[in-house]
Amino acid sequence: MKQEHTQHRSKRYGMVIDLDKCTGCGACMVACFSENNVPFKKDETDKRLSITWMKVYRIDNGRDFPNNQVCYIPRPCQHCAGQHEGHSPCVSVCPATATDYSRETGIVSQIYTRCFGCRYCMGACPYHARYFNWWDPVWPEGMEKYLSPNVSPRMRGVVEKCSFCFHRYQLARDKAYANRRKDVKEADYQTACTQACPAGAITFGDLNNPGHAVHQIVKPNDHVVKNKAGISIIGKSQNPNVFRMLERLGTNTKVYYLSSREWVRKAGDNYIADEKPEDMFAEQKKH
Amino acid sequence: MKLSRRCFLSFVVGGAAGTALSPLPWKLTDDLSIWSQNWSWTPVPPDGEYTQVNSTCTLCPGGCGIGIRKAGKRAVKIEGLAGHPVNDGGVCLLGLSGLQLLYGPARVKTPLKRTGKRGGGQWQAISWKQAIKEVTEKLKELRKKNQPQSLASIGPNGSGTVSALISRFMKAYGSSNDMKMASKLDSDEQALFLTQGIQNGMVGADVENADFILSFGCAVLDGYGSPVRMFRANSRWKENSATLIQIEPRQSNTAAKADQWLPINPGGEADLALAMANIIIKENLYNSSFVSDNCDGLNSFVQMLYENYMPEDAARRIGIDVQTIIDLAHRFATAARPLAINGYGKGQNPSNLKETLAIHALNALVGNIGKKGGITGLSAYDYIRWPKVVTDTVAAAGLKESRLDGAGTNAFPHAKSLPNRFFDKLSAGNTSIQALLVAEANPCYSMPDTAKIKRVFDSIPFIVSFSSFMDETAMMADLILPNHTFLERYEDVPVKAGLTAPIVGLCRPAVEPQWDTLDLGDALIRIAQSIGGSVGAAFPWKNYKTCLKQTLADQWKDLEKKGYWMPSQSLQADADSKNKAGGKSGRYVLMDGTLETIYMAQDAPLEGDSRSYSMLLMPYDTIRITSLQIGAPPFVMKTVPDTVLKGQDGFIEINKKEATEMGFKQGQAVIVTTPIGEARVRVHLSSGLAPGVIAMPRGLGHTAYDDYLAGKGVNINQLIGPVEDPASGLDTALGIRAKLAKA
Repeated sequence: MKQEHTQHRSKRYGMVIDLDKCTGCGACMVACFSENNVPFKKDETDKRLSITWMKVYRIDNGRDFPNNQVCYIPRPCQHCAGQHEGHSPCVSVCPATATDYSRETGIVSQIYTRCFGCRYCMGACPYHARYFNWWDPVWPEGMEKYLSPNVSPRMRGVVEKCSFCFHRYQLARDKAYANRRKDVKEADYQTACTQACPAGAITFGDLNNPGHAVHQIVKPNDHVVKNKAGISIIGKSQNPNVFRMLERLGTNTKVYYLSSREWVRKAGDNYIADEKPEDMFAEQKKH
Repeated sequence: MKLSRRCFLSFVVGGAAGTALSPLPWKLTDDLSIWSQNWSWTPVPPDGEYTQVNSTCTLCPGGCGIGIRKAGKRAVKIEGLAGHPVNDGGVCLLGLSGLQLLYGPARVKTPLKRTGKRGGGQWQAISWKQAIKEVTEKLKELRKKNQPQSLASIGPNGSGTVSALISRFMKAYGSSNDMKMASKLDSDEQALFLTQGIQNGMVGADVENADFILSFGCAVLDGYGSPVRMFRANSRWKENSATLIQIEPRQSNTAAKADQWLPINPGGEADLALAMANIIIKENLYNSSFVSDNCDGLNSFVQMLYENYMPEDAARRIGIDVQTIIDLAHRFATAARPLAINGYGKGQNPSNLKETLAIHALNALVGNIGKKGGITGLSAYDYIRWPKVVTDTVAAAGLKESRLDGAGTNAFPHAKSLPNRFFDKLSAGNTSIQALLVAEANPCYSMPDTAKIKRVFDSIPFIVSFSSFMDETAMMADLILPNHTFLERYEDVPVKAGLTAPIVGLCRPAVEPQWDTLDLGDALIRIAQSIGGSVGAAFPWKNYKTCLKQTLADQWKDLEKKGYWMPSQSLQADADSKNKAGGKSGRYVLMDGTLETIYMAQDAPLEGDSRSYSMLLMPYDTIRITSLQIGAPPFVMKTVPDTVLKGQDGFIEINKKEATEMGFKQGQAVIVTTPIGEARVRVHLSSGLAPGVIAMPRGLGHTAYDDYLAGKGVNINQLIGPVEDPASGLDTALGIRAKLAKA
């Protein structure tokens, strides 16, 4: 493992979602369903039981007609790094090592055959990004024909979640290997939601690679900063319009959001009334 | 041995404790779960060679390029085609769900003949040979009785070969009752003829290059025009800091994402546009060089505006203050590249002609016709050049009979097809239609007052459906001759959805036909040839693919290679010049006698009196629910929020404050009643809706299809009746009066 680190620069795959451009159309959700063999039931209106690796939330500014404003927030797995790389909330509670943090890519994996369904990870995840299979998936007769061989369908009793389309990374790596390249090209590894988004609102790539669009938009801070509560914030964006969901928890997610509207950015990190962004890092300023 | 009670209890407790402490129960539970997890019904998708087929999506009029990824013989994913001029890689949720339609349970798998009561769902599978024979016999019989005009057809409003083959069949057979489903394209087409003299044309809007977009209720971000293209345009507006202003009573997705949302009273679009025109002219903000060089009738237009559309009066009618209209007019007229677009929602229903003309006039006043960032009148696709149909005496006599819907008559000279009037006539007791062919349309679901439409279907003796899916209209048929889905067939797809340049996509088979289905074109060719005589002679092709190849002739190779073809300027110019000769093209008519009548006419009133029905029910379009002839596949239904559908219950949106005053709580069941019908729904308290208005989505409440769609929510067409626009004859109902009561 250590040798690998010295040989390749490690990657931190992540995305930034432009909430100004996102229209809440749901194409990312369906692109994900069809790419990842996500099951469906006859009734999907109980959203607690509806498996959606990518889910579009709708929030509003809480004001009455006609001053109401709306924003849509697509939520894949946030692929948290935690307080130090690998200390994701879910990874640290999994007793079966069914979910793990890849130091090579920064992707949080889910290995279905190892999972025995204790659902600790679901309790630990602050983003509700994990779903439990309460039933075996059932495809109506004939419909299992469209299932992709790249992703195994899950069985009853296991937890599943967004994998940043890891199989696409594997295919891209194979391609790079076949072409005698060391690195996976930016265009060769894009998630299904990124590719499908008709608004072009999602940008995906390696946050560690200054050549990648996602790095250029997010401008992650190379230095770890501590917030008021003493929690380490890794990769804090230096773009004033970019934020992460519940950033103050120190989950250090790799999904960033971009919005020009202040109320949206505040809602994203659960600000209490009158709190300003700089308050969170007051201590940092003193140093 | 005597077993004492004490001894027995110790044994039981000890045994239980011992077992519990041993790994046995845990091991057994674990084994049991692993064993049951490996039951064979969790499928293992077989691998195969990965290939890709490039095609064109036909699920909506948008014309996106798609790539179908295959593993072996199976299609496993649909993706947007990068580099395609319409969608460049983007794709919508319906296109992404296409494989669920292909492999889904709602497919009609073989020709079917009705056995039980009509609509009862009892069918007998028959062979194609027998199916063709049964249709032929019936159609021959009508011709023998010299009643070819008693055959009617309802088809898609397309410009491609499929639509043309249906029309050709009707002509050769001898009936002019060739109905095409109506949409915004119809009202645009009429407006284009009246203002620019372009016949059968289409309006292209250069949305990408506009910097101030005034959308009169268009669902720009919910499936208007070519949906993916509109999403992309919206992103471009954000990048270029263009302004989008959304005018509509409900805070739709588009309104939510627009720079400004202007809620006006329902139906106030024409008033607003004309009041703005009034201000723009009065304050001399219009493009005088363009108007004086290219427009006719400015003086009488101005006079009409000053007499009827003073901003103060308009403001009162549409429920916003005058200053807002004045500001809007200023901003629009002084923007670098302003653009006004029209058509309510996805544009699946036609717009009022007055409104269409008024919005087009706004564009003309700022000199926005045929310019970058403006609107352009495009002439019709002109590549189908089949030999003229030679009719026999029976057909010739039949064609002399006038159309039932009155399209093309003195009352509606510019209308091509008025399906709403067709059904009104039949509903009023006209029994002249003896047989009906329905293709790629679902009128029993998607036309207003579905109960009436179904009664009409019930009264027609012989109905043939060509639907690929068991939809509401197929349910009412006597024979179903199932078409291939778009992933199993060839088709030319001329896109009419507001693009600035004509483009023809090629839809081609990605997989072998999954069931015993037949291409609609092939079925028509076979029926025609089996009728024989002059009808058969009008269909000389061996099969549909040959017909398509011959029709596209030189373009075929290109189409097969690239997947699309952009008709060259010369061909288009050729068609343009033809139009110019007959019309007044090159000029823009702001006002003449015909337009004056339209502008001065009273709006058709909404159905229902406001005393007994205190609210206004409006349908709304959302991209999360498919609302045209294709029912939403399971993946699409999965994205529907639980404030729109919960269990089997649909929701109706109502202003939060108003609902609280009426004593309604979120999620409460209510009965919504309109002059047409009533339904049980739940209320969703919304902060994004004007008081007095209630709104329901289009696309729910299917009674056919499968368990993933049927019975969920309410079909709003059960509650809304048609409202005929006196100027165009088209149904332009924007809603209906309604009331709510606790259930």
